[in-house]
Amino acid sequence: MVRERRGGGTRDRQGVSRRGLLRGFGLGALGAGAGAATALGAEHAVAASAVPPADRIHPFHGAHQAGIVTEAQDRLYFAAFDLAEGLAKADLVQLLRDWSAAAARLTAGRGVGDEPVSQGDYAAPPEDTGEALGLSPAGLTLTFGFGPSLFDDRFGLADRRPDALVDLPAFPGDALIAAASDGDLCVQACSDDPQVAVHAIRNLSRIAFGRATMRWSQLGFGRTSSTTRAQVTPRNLFGFKDGTANLKAEDTALVQREVWVGDDGGWMAGGSYLVARKVRMRMETWDRQSLQDQEQTIGRTKPEGAPLSGGTEFTAPDFAAKGDGAPLIPAASHVRMAHPSENGGAQLLRRGYNYADGNDDLGRMDAGLFFIAFQRDPRRQFIPIQQRLASADLLNEYVVHVGSGVWAVPPGAAKGSYVGATLLS
Amino acid sequence: MRPRASLPVAALAATLALAALTGCTRNQPAGAGAASEGGITVTAADDSCAVSTATATSGTSVFSVTNTGTRATEFELVAKDGLTIVGEIENIGPGLTRSLSVQAQPGSYTTMCKPGMTGSGVGRAAFTVTGEAVALSGDAKQLADAAATRYVSYVRDQADQLLTATRAFAASYASGDAATAKTEYPAARAYYERIEPIAESFGDLDPQLDAREGDVAEGADWTGWHRIEKDLWAPDGKPLDGAAREQAAEFLVEKTQDLKDRVDAASFTVTADAISNGAIGLLDEVASSKITGEEEAYSHTDLWDFKANVEGAEVAYRGVRDIAAGKDAALVRSLDARFAALDALLARYGSLEKGFQPYTDLSKADVKALSDSVNALAEPLSRLTAAVLG
Repeated sequence: MVRERRGGGTRDRQGVSRRGLLRGFGLGALGAGAGAATALGAEHAVAASAVPPADRIHPFHGAHQAGIVTEAQDRLYFAAFDLAEGLAKADLVQLLRDWSAAAARLTAGRGVGDEPVSQGDYAAPPEDTGEALGLSPAGLTLTFGFGPSLFDDRFGLADRRPDALVDLPAFPGDALIAAASDGDLCVQACSDDPQVAVHAIRNLSRIAFGRATMRWSQLGFGRTSSTTRAQVTPRNLFGFKDGTANLKAEDTALVQREVWVGDDGGWMAGGSYLVARKVRMRMETWDRQSLQDQEQTIGRTKPEGAPLSGGTEFTAPDFAAKGDGAPLIPAASHVRMAHPSENGGAQLLRRGYNYADGNDDLGRMDAGLFFIAFQRDPRRQFIPIQQRLASADLLNEYVVHVGSGVWAVPPGAAKGSYVGATLLS
Repeated sequence: MRPRASLPVAALAATLALAALTGCTRNQPAGAGAASEGGITVTAADDSCAVSTATATSGTSVFSVTNTGTRATEFELVAKDGLTIVGEIENIGPGLTRSLSVQAQPGSYTTMCKPGMTGSGVGRAAFTVTGEAVALSGDAKQLADAAATRYVSYVRDQADQLLTATRAFAASYASGDAATAKTEYPAARAYYERIEPIAESFGDLDPQLDAREGDVAEGADWTGWHRIEKDLWAPDGKPLDGAAREQAAEFLVEKTQDLKDRVDAASFTVTADAISNGAIGLLDEVASSKITGEEEAYSHTDLWDFKANVEGAEVAYRGVRDIAAGKDAALVRSLDARFAALDALLARYGSLEKGFQPYTDLSKADVKALSDSVNALAEPLSRLTAAVLG
């Protein structure tokens, strides 16, 4: 019964599944929109906009891991894991094999384990936890990364630590919480259905018991970046469009230059580096700022997202344009500080999510942006950009970085292999 | 402690006999179509019991039983003598399908259903198993019998020592010798914690003996170990008076005597899967309430309970280990290693003989390490019963 999808036994036994019918309709109705995305042919870049989001399946195997240039899904569950004390290298390899096998099933819309929940041993707990039964694949991607701590003396990997996997320096204004930072391994689960993402991390965590334990995890409820041109630019919790100028999957040459590690990258060739920052937003304070102050801080208009130098959302900002003597886009505005032209051309593929973790003791929302960025080399990209931002960005008054981590995201696994094989085999 | 699913000691007695006779009896809920691959379907109505075939070859036969009737039903495969149940699946609600795996030897059998779970059965039909005799793995019945006998002896021994230790503790407490009572408290409780699932299986005893303050409904009496614990460690300006202390001590001894009487009774039996479930239950106990330090809120002697729970689980596991080893060697290897790892970790903080550190002395990192180790053990342990029955 390994063919069975999450839906349980009944669906596969029918000639045409309910889901299959839906997909058929979707193709007819939305086919016109598919051109831009499907013409690309870049691996995982295509989300085939014609397929209803719930039915999308992003293959787990491939040259690159999915979940990077994949069209950003709406929901995130991100988890960092620490390996068990005394774990042997062989156990680490087995864990990554087990995770990869489970990830291939989960991303295809199946549960973990060979037995459907309904037919497992009555005297044993079901292999799969079951909360995704009946749910669609929902575009799930699972992306695995290795933190700097993996390269200490435990597994004999110290001399294989990539030069680019540096510990992030302390940035001005950081208020990092250790319990929300770092980790030997990370798993980024993205999906259009939050339950599918949580189900994936929960089952991976269960598979890891005795070998790795969750150090921290973060739920993100709404994407704050577009990674393809077909997607509408979403808004962050400050109410501004975020990621207008993000690297897009369609920019294949830029993606090659800024996201993927090149062929000279050894075991990381075809991989990327993930930087995550939990950025708490002081929303109550922000909301008391005049519209003018908000727009001056960001450097874009609030409703449209156009640069203050004029035009529409996708018009390039003109930092030289002046109004009444002063630049129309303030020098310390967020858009200018972060812009590639101000950062030696360095760009990031941002893939962040809004989060809300309840409230603090003073009744303030504990919410903000869980920033995720992929890049070829943090030393040239995230670190200098963030050093610049942390020193002068007008936005700093309203944000505080509370969590942080950097991970080497190895290339994708070939069928029959596992994520991390290039490092550990 | 928290009320949790009790261990149905008596109810499972029949399962042991079954497992022993057939070597393999597994009751499973089945999804639609579970029996499609060579299985036998049974349609169990209120007045009939239609089996899709009257013959099978020896080896494992899977009956997929669908209750089309209006009452809960059961399906039985009965040996030629008309008395020995070779395989049965009970409690199939109307409309549900469950499957039964039976490893039957060649011979003549009878199939039947029992709507309403009583009576002599409906739809009796002959069922023939042909082919070669099936070799049963190991000596299943002997192993299971030996495990049950050993475990019953263990439980009786622990209950006996518990009563002795409880009497001494109660006497010290009632006489006002708080210092001695405080030393005796965690040591006496260890006997209880080792066999806690058995005490829980009696339903009324565990709440009377081991309830924490928050477990007791408003207005109801709070009795047992933790009532006395609070009085000893945190009198809160309102210590119990002499008469109340004496009453609390007497009640504790009386109920402990009750527990001992019940496990000493000739009718007290356990089954191999009940032993295994007891081991799982003890680890669950550790993972949910010991690891948080909420069990011993005033004495902070949680590590005594923790260790005793783990010891009890380990004894239960050892009891059925040989049965499981024949069926899932990898599981047994992993359990051996993880029990050893948890024992080693606990030994950092003391021993039952020499005493443990107060739980409040442990750092967050210490507790995290213990929790990781408990999870590492509890996950494979959750599959032990299936391996024992499988």
